[in-house]
Order: sequence, then structure tokens, then C-alpha cells
Amino acid sequence: MLTIKNLHASVEQKNILNGLNLSIKQGEVHAIMGPNGAGKSTLGYVLSGRDGYQVTDGEVDFQGNNLLELDVEQRARHGLFLAFQYPVEIPGVSNMELMKESVNAVRQHRAETPLTAAEFLKKAKAACQQVQLPLEFLKRGINEGFSGGEKKRNEIMQMILLEPSLCILDESDSGLDVDALQIVANGVNSQRDGKRSFIVITHYQRLLDFIEPDFVHILANGKIVKTGDAALAKQIEKEGYAFLGLDNSAEASA
Amino acid sequence: MTEQIDQALSRTYDAGFISDIESETFAAELNEDVIRRISAMKNEPDWMLEWRLRAYQNWLTMTEPEWAHVHYPKINYQAISYYSAPKSMKDKPKSLDEVDPELLRVYEKLGIPLYEQEMLAGVAVDVVFDSVSVVTTFREKLQEAGVIFCPISEAIQTYPELVKKYLGSVVPRSDNYFAALNSAVFTDGSFVYIPKGVRCPMELSTYFRINEQNTGQFERTLIIADEGSFVSYLEGCTAPQRDENQLHAAVVELIAMDDAQIKYSTVQNWYPGDEHGKGGIYNFVTKRALCHTNAKVSWTQVETGSAITWKYPSCILKGDNSVGEFYSVALTRGRQQADTGTKMIHLGKNTKSTIIAKGISAGHSNNTYRGLVHMGPKADGARNFTQCDSLLIGDLCGAHTFPYIESRNPSAKVEHEATTSKVGDDQLFLCQQRGLDAEKAVSMIVNGFCKAVFKELPMEFAVEAGKLLEISLEGSVG
Ligand SMILES: Nc1ncnc2c1ncn2[C@@H]1O[C@H](COP(=O)(O)OP(=O)(O)O)[C@@H](O)[C@H]1O
Ligand SMILES: [Mg+2]
Repeated sequence: MLTIKNLHASVEQKNILNGLNLSIKQGEVHAIMGPNGAGKSTLGYVLSGRDGYQVTDGEVDFQGNNLLELDVEQRARHGLFLAFQYPVEIPGVSNMELMKESVNAVRQHRAETPLTAAEFLKKAKAACQQVQLPLEFLKRGINEGFSGGEKKRNEIMQMILLEPSLCILDESDSGLDVDALQIVANGVNSQRDGKRSFIVITHYQRLLDFIEPDFVHILANGKIVKTGDAALAKQIEKEGYAFLGLDNSAEASA
Repeated sequence: MTEQIDQALSRTYDAGFISDIESETFAAELNEDVIRRISAMKNEPDWMLEWRLRAYQNWLTMTEPEWAHVHYPKINYQAISYYSAPKSMKDKPKSLDEVDPELLRVYEKLGIPLYEQEMLAGVAVDVVFDSVSVVTTFREKLQEAGVIFCPISEAIQTYPELVKKYLGSVVPRSDNYFAALNSAVFTDGSFVYIPKGVRCPMELSTYFRINEQNTGQFERTLIIADEGSFVSYLEGCTAPQRDENQLHAAVVELIAMDDAQIKYSTVQNWYPGDEHGKGGIYNFVTKRALCHTNAKVSWTQVETGSAITWKYPSCILKGDNSVGEFYSVALTRGRQQADTGTKMIHLGKNTKSTIIAKGISAGHSNNTYRGLVHMGPKADGARNFTQCDSLLIGDLCGAHTFPYIESRNPSAKVEHEATTSKVGDDQLFLCQQRGLDAEKAVSMIVNGFCKAVFKELPMEFAVEAGKLLEISLEGSVG
């Protein structure tokens, strides 16, 4: 599904990723943890192709494509989805408008016919119900006046609608109470079908109680410094990152 | 992203084709003789010619206004032709079937299929090509309701009493430089009269097209809504792509009698010039409404075209409880300059006005909102709400807001809100991450920004306006 080799990336001339390696197979869930400022969000942006995130070295293969050669929207249409850590507002543009365009852009890429308004609405309603968002959220401006938790659930709603093959969730759990956390986790779990893969970026072990990862990686100083299973997350919860013997300057600067 | 956006604005203008239609065009010059000839072409009565000549005398004593935030070389008024008409108009067609098929094709190309508008949409259309009105549809049906909808040149002949009484009653001949010029040389335009208590049974619309080279278009529109009546009117405008600038100086006067309502919508897509600022229409327009007791006038405008736009559709809220509204979207790109806004003159008691102006600037363009809210000494309890929002696309464009407030009445209230925002890289990235290309993303964000105005347009035109924005923004990201 995804193979990252020796990835180096910088933002505004500052090196953030320094030789990151990661390999994800179909259907796997990989959790990425790490101190603030380690480069977790940067990894998500680099993979999705955001402007200003310069790849200086390395290779990324996504389902047989050279990911780094594709435009942002092409990556999306190929099935790469990023749930944002800080979802942005777009006043006056409803969720529905954006998602209808999105879904049909993806379908066109897959040589499928566009959904009719009715077909789309049906899917959109189901997606809203899955994350317990009232249907009126489809009509509201994107993230306009949404609470923190509503924004995160809305990201998952969009993910469900787009049926991506690789989902990158950037701290979809931060700022959520336990109930909301459960809703988000259920939404994600509902999409685990053995084919779809996930990168779950989180600070907290508790999310992984709900979304069981196949692997847990620690990202620090721009690379994966340790890989394990769910037990690694538990250890970090207890002991912090200290046992890894990292230099903590990254955390201090974040 | 900004870089991509800047490459932007080089797309071609869809309505820019030139039609090969045989025309009768006056030589470029301006003097009394030209005015006499225009008047003669139109078979005008003497009083009309007199009126024009007096306007011309006024104009000669006036100077071109320079206060607007726009820059352009001096216009040589002697280098413009003031009259051009398709030859085939000599025997004026009575219905669409008699219209020169070449002309009909022009409108097809513009996406204004006249037949369809007539058949399906149930919209009555008046079409003004260069200096003449070529066809007005649905006239019989409107006549049944007592509604008069015809070229103003015809109204001058057929309804001289109405024209005499109201022409220049809202925008006097000497109101301003361009209005005076228009009063002297106007060639055609639409005339509407809605009788007492009548709700006009359909949308009325006029399409203006400048085709001929070096011609100016000076149309004049006069709408009178008698007591308790209602009318919704839409004008659309386009022009071919030409290297030289062309002048369009129109005057629109609306009279809303007691309890009457007029909704006036404009979708303006004159040729804006190329990306270096070569060519394009100078759109210098005076639009004003007079509102009597309990009357309401709404101006809604979507301005995407013209090299320079200078227009301030205004309401004189003379009658008590009268209402004025102004909803505007002005989009500038390339080297376009727009200085537009409104004047709400509150004279009567409890008069209300709402101003919602959305300016979008891209490329090297400049977009200015200029608005005046005047509360007269007798305007007890008058209210105004103004909201001006500017949206910037890229770093090289400008947005400016000049709100003027004059309050002579302590009980009057004026509220003003203004925002400036940029189409954010993060917003574009979100849309693209969801699979939209950059162009679609920008147009979606801009459409969202304009939503409050689009919802004021008549349904079928709201769609048109949305599409127009989308087309205008095409190429605005790389
Ligand atoms: N746009 C940016 N400009 C400058 N520095 C940035 C930018 N984005 C991220 N960084 C820096 O890159 C480092 C990694 O950030 P980030 O990927 O957001 O970390 P994490 O998500 O792991 O907390 C931080 O030091 C952060 O300050
Ligand atoms: Mg982060």
C-alpha cells in the first residue's frame, strides 16, 4: 500500500523529517506517537502534497505510484485522505457542496458515473449518522462555528463518504471527551474492512484502546525511532518518552 | 499557491467574439449636429431633441470626475461614434421570427437563447444591440396585464406624457458628467411601466451588447412602478474583445410610487480587457431610484466585467417607511479596476436600508467599495445596516473601503461592519486534499463568500451568476 524510504523533508529551510522509513500493507492500522514538534503533522502534509513542504530526499510508493510526483488532488483521488489536526473553516461553502464535488471527482477518477443528488444525499446521511452529526451539518458552512469535537467528527464523516484506501488521521482524538472519542473510534472502525489502511497519529494511548493498532511507531527527531505493538503505547503512557533517551529540544520548541 | 494564482488571470473572455453584422454607424465625433442626427434617426419629437441639446450644453460646462479610485488615460470624446445600428433594423422586426438570424446567433453564442428565454423561462426580453433595441419579447402578454415594456425610443413616441414626466426626474440632466453625456446622446434602452396594483406577471430583462468598433453605448432605462405594483427586472451585458477601450455610460432611473416594489438585478460582464490591461469597457453608470411612501427598491448586482467600473446604484428614500437595498458582488482580476457602491439617502421617517457588498480581487486588480449613508433631518427612526466584505486572491491586488456616513438626525441609526480576508492556502489545501482541482476550489470558496448576495438574485439568474463567477475565475490558479 505505502512504502516510505529515507524520507527527508523541510519546511521553510528547516529540516523536519530526517530519513523516515515506514511500510504499510493493505488493511493495517499504524499508530504514530511522538513528542510535540516531532514532525507527525509534517509527515501527513508531505504525504498529501501540501505546498511549502519540500521533500529533499527519499521515495514514497503508494499503490505502485510514485506518490511524490502527483498533485495534491491526484493523491486524494488515488485514495489518500488526511483528517486534519486543525480543520479550517470555509464560510458559505456547505459540507454538502464540497463533498458532492469531492465524491464525484474521486468517482470520475475511478471511471465511475457521478452520483445523482439523491444518491449522494443518501450516502451523506448515512455518514452523518455514523458519527452522530445532525443532518443540518451537511448544510452548514464547512467547519463554520463547529465546536472542536464537531470538527473532528466532521472530518471522519468526510472520510467515510470518500471511501479512501489510505486514511491519515492527525490527532483526530485531541480535545475530545470520552463519548466523542468513542464516536470517532467507531467511525474509524466501521471503515476497517481488511483492505483500507490507516495511519493514526495520536498523543494518547487511550484512542488505541478503541482503535486497535497493528503497529505502534514512535516518531522523534524526524524519524521512526522505535516500532512495537499496542504495549509500546501503554509504556509511553506510563513513562513518557524519557526511556527512549531522546533529546527533548523538539518538544521544548513546539 | 500565490504564484499559481498570479499566473492566473490570462484566460480568454467567452463573450469576446466579434459579429459580422452590417451596420450603419456614425463617424466618430461629438457636436450638436450628431445629437440632431441621433434624434432624427429615432424620429423624435422636438421636445426630446431640445432636452438632449440642453443636456449637451450642460455637459460642455462640466469636467470629468476624478475622485474615484481608478486610473485611465483621458478619454477623447471626439473619437467615439455615438450611433451604430444593424442595417437589417431599418424595418424593425415585430417578433423573433423576423430578427436577422445572425443576430439571434450572437445571442445563442452568448448563452442567451432568445427563443428559449421566450418559450421556457417565461422571461420577457428586450435586446439592445449597439445603439438600438432589436426585439422585445412577450409584449402582448404583458399588455394584457397593462404592463408596458418596450424600447425607450418607442416609448418616446407612444407614451410621451410618461416619458416627459419622469425622464430626468431622478437623475437630472446635469447630475454628473457621464449622466449629462448620456442625456445628450442616449440611443436606446428599456422603458417599463407597471400600472397601479399590478404584479408584473413575469421577469423582465434586457440584454445589452456592444458590437461595433469605436462605438460607445449610452443606454437609458426608465422604470415606473405605479402604486402598489411589483416588478423584477434584470439586465445583462457583454461586449466583444477589442484592443481599444470602449465607453459605456448608461443612466437608469427607477420610480417606485407608494407601496410599490422594484427589484433590479444586473449581471455585468462587459469585456474586461486583457491581462496587461489592454482594451476593455469603461463602465461609467448612474443608477438611482426614488422611493415613495412604503416603497421598496432592491439593487442586486454581479459585476465581473469591464476594465473600469464606476457605478453607485442608489436609493432616495423620500417616502416614510420606504426601504432601499443594495446587494453587490464585484469581482476584479487582471488589471481591472472597480469603484462601486451605493448611496442611501434617507429623507422620510422610519426609512430602512441594507447594504451588503462583497468585493473579490485577484491578479493586479483594484476593487473599491464606496458608499454613502445619509440620514436627513426628518428621517426619524431611520436605520441602515452596512456590511462590506473583501476577499483577496493573491498578493498583488488591492481592496479598499470608503464608507461615508452623514447623520443629521440623532434618532437615526447606522451600523457598519467590514471584513477583509484572503482565500487561504489552508482552505485551498483542504479542498484539494478532498480531490478538487485548484480552480474549482477557488471558485467554490468565492461562491461561498458571495452567497448572501446570490440568494437575492432571481432564481435562474443566481445560477447564471454563479457560473459567471466560475468562468471569470477560470485560470485564476495555475
Ligand atoms: N509552516 C511551518 N513553518 C515553520 N515551521 C513549521 C511549519 N510547520 C511545522 N513547522 C515546524 O516543524 C516541526 C514539526 O511540526 P509538526 O509536524 O506540526 O509536529 P507534530 O505534529 O509532531 O507536533 C515543529 O518544530 C514546527 O514548529
Ligand atoms: Mg501535529
